[in-house]
Amino acid sequence: MSESLPVGAAGKLAPIRASVPNAAKVRWPCNWPWNWPWNWPWRWLAGAALIALAVVLPFALSNYHVFTLTQVMIYAIAVLGLNILTGYNGQISLGHGGFFAAGAYTAAILMHRYGVPYWATLPPAGLICFVLGVLFGLPALRFEGPYLALVTLAMAVAMPQLLKYFDTWTGGQQGIVLVKPLPPPGLGLDRDRWLYFFVLAVLLLAMRLAANLLNGRTGRALVAIRDHPIAAVAMGINTPRYKTLAFGASTLFTGVAGALAAIVVGFVAPESFSLFLSLSFLVGSAVGGIATIGGAIVGGFFIESVPNLANDVSDAAPWAIYGLAMLLFMYLMPRGLVGTLGPWFVHAMRKFRSARGAPK
Amino acid sequence: MHQLLQQIFSGLAAGAIYASLALALVMIYRATNLVNFAQGEMAMFSTYIAWTLVNAGLPFWGAFLITLAVSFLGGMAIERIVIRPVENAPILAAVVVTIGLLLIFNSLAGWIYSYTLQEFPSPFPDRPLFGALMTTRDIGVIAVTLVVLAVLFCFFRFTTTGLAMRAAAQNPESARLCGIHVGRMLAIGWGLAAAIGAVAGIMVAPALFLDPNMMSGVLLYAFTGALLGGITSPVGAVIGGLIVGVTENLVGTYLIASQLKFTVALILIILVLLFRPNGLFGTAIVRRV
Amino acid sequence: MTPILQLRAVKAFYGQSEVLHGIDIAVERGGMTVLLGANGAGKTTALRAICGTVRREGEIIFSEHRLNGRSTEQIARLGIAHVPEGRGTFVGLTVEENLRLGAYTCTGTPHENMQRMYAYFPILAERRRQQAGALSGGEQQMLAIARALMMSPQLLLLDEPSFGLAPLVVESIFALVERIRREHRVSVLLVEQNASLALEFADRAYLIETGYVVSSGSAKALADDPQIRRSYLGY
Repeated sequence: MSESLPVGAAGKLAPIRASVPNAAKVRWPCNWPWNWPWNWPWRWLAGAALIALAVVLPFALSNYHVFTLTQVMIYAIAVLGLNILTGYNGQISLGHGGFFAAGAYTAAILMHRYGVPYWATLPPAGLICFVLGVLFGLPALRFEGPYLALVTLAMAVAMPQLLKYFDTWTGGQQGIVLVKPLPPPGLGLDRDRWLYFFVLAVLLLAMRLAANLLNGRTGRALVAIRDHPIAAVAMGINTPRYKTLAFGASTLFTGVAGALAAIVVGFVAPESFSLFLSLSFLVGSAVGGIATIGGAIVGGFFIESVPNLANDVSDAAPWAIYGLAMLLFMYLMPRGLVGTLGPWFVHAMRKFRSARGAPK
Repeated sequence: MHQLLQQIFSGLAAGAIYASLALALVMIYRATNLVNFAQGEMAMFSTYIAWTLVNAGLPFWGAFLITLAVSFLGGMAIERIVIRPVENAPILAAVVVTIGLLLIFNSLAGWIYSYTLQEFPSPFPDRPLFGALMTTRDIGVIAVTLVVLAVLFCFFRFTTTGLAMRAAAQNPESARLCGIHVGRMLAIGWGLAAAIGAVAGIMVAPALFLDPNMMSGVLLYAFTGALLGGITSPVGAVIGGLIVGVTENLVGTYLIASQLKFTVALILIILVLLFRPNGLFGTAIVRRV
Repeated sequence: MTPILQLRAVKAFYGQSEVLHGIDIAVERGGMTVLLGANGAGKTTALRAICGTVRREGEIIFSEHRLNGRSTEQIARLGIAHVPEGRGTFVGLTVEENLRLGAYTCTGTPHENMQRMYAYFPILAERRRQQAGALSGGEQQMLAIARALMMSPQLLLLDEPSFGLAPLVVESIFALVERIRREHRVSVLLVEQNASLALEFADRAYLIETGYVVSSGSAKALADDPQIRRSYLGY
């Protein structure tokens, strides 16, 4: 027809979405935050408010709750890793429990055998898991869908068994007991709260890194590969490199989370890193929103809190309640909490802004 | 040599059970593109139902048939009530729903029946045959599996409903245009898969002893077998399951102690898949641009 | 005589986008009506709206039945056979199985109908045990039409039967459809881009452009209309 190309004020092409009729009514796909308007002051305010809350919270809660929140944040980092791989790049992984274990044991062995200080175990754990991820990513290039799930499953299943087998290093079935780190003197924090802030700092850094990775060229390439692999190749995207990179980045995050878990809990044993952990990460991803960054935190909450709450609800069959919670979440919000509410929120803010007469 | 043949035969018997569960997984995958993580737990729950019936005094085969019927209806009900709400949702949501189902069944079984191991009777006496090459129980398990497979084959090949189900799985849009109620076909598919799972559970329970976690290992083997054979191929599922059974047994006997045997078997299978990334009999997913 | 199919102010939606903006179409009993138009005009969508495959609003009346609230399977059972765009054959099943599926809604054995189809399309009889995916384009189109006819429909919806086929094959298919229409008094609603050929066989024609009916009348009137001849018939 005879519509001209949409041109904005500066003579540059206006974003296509602005010219789509009924744009406000369209439900955006799951890869929010592509369409989150960055120039809002709201975003900075909301972020700052959440961070302020996170900083104040541990002083208002008991030791046990602080420990629980720390666990939530650790799981959030792990789930964030899975989101990068499965959400943004579309490669399913049932093996992230194994990478979590790899990070945890790397940290544990470094601290226990070589006396490495706890904060210095994070980079090696991350690096080793990055290398492992890339090594996994290479054969994973051959596989898709359920076949890829099987290959990653091998990681989840093999890890606990290998950990038990090489018991001179790993302490076998008994695992390794670690000394919980002391807080630095002069800050006036006890051990639990120091660890809380330590993990919080790592979480914020991880989210920043993920955002940088996913909102730039790399992220767009990953999403292109996920949504239309053939078109991606035709556009010149080096698919094998990006897919392997996605694997490595993903396992790096999860491995660091594992190292943090070893530090915070003070104990590693093969039984804690079963296939069920991998499935839990997947569930956490789905519940939060598989292709989101903020959803990882929701996922972390879900994995940590719901089993505990389920225990309160039913003594006899707590896991059934947990399973039921999963069902209900998926019925109500199949794209996850952030995946569903995010686009809705963006749409609502757009309407609000246009109602106030602000330029789009 | 004798030991090798012996291990192969007992591997085939175990493989027959993996093949059954693998077939159930493939049936559901073909129809809905979904791997049903709860297949093992559903089979376990069916086995508990059979156990209850046998303990109440019913003869074995009577309990067997009633359990199959109940599992069929249960599978249909689960598809209609639990899976239907997420059938148009992203596939990950459906996967999470099956994981939730897994937990629910496992937990319910533990609550109703407790976690103590129970003995489960076998209809086949455990006598050695052909100079301890195999046992009558192994032959029995393989025979039952073959009967189930034959019945299924005839159902899908020769009946109108079977044909309609195949059509609905391949091309739901065109199937609707032929007047086929695709939702109903899906439900029947789940029912059949649940019934096959029940057979697998009942056949394996005498050896593994009945407890809520009985089928978790079997599910992993079945999943591996289904993928080795090609997740879209029922024949592949059966052959894959048998190969996994034999491989697991041989690896356990000749290569490595029981702890790592699944890992090693899995790695071997992945090496095979590297050469055929869609399984031995699977069809490549053809993408049209 | 009342038309066998009537669409009144029918709108169709893909997601949130409205694709058909209130169209009126009628198909005479025993006649052939053709929907013409360029790519993306909404012709296929109109057929999908009749079958309930897309979200629609408005009145669709088929032989005193309202089709609005019904599902696709129910509509098929009422006697509407749809040969979709791209043929929609079950490529993994054999020719014979495809035909058996066509008769799914009928009681009794499909044997008689199948023999009749083999008489109309001898090539299908030859290839009856072959996989449908191995057939050529023209043969698949014949299979798709045969499958639709297996249910002895009252109304046949044909979506671009000439797509991707050689001209000779297309002519033979059209001739066959015309013969079947006369012999079995099946009403036909045809969607075609090949306007000249379609207007030769049809009774009535509608011209659809971006979701609106812009022209309608007898096929001869549209064929003679100079505007349409310039835009769609190329001369």
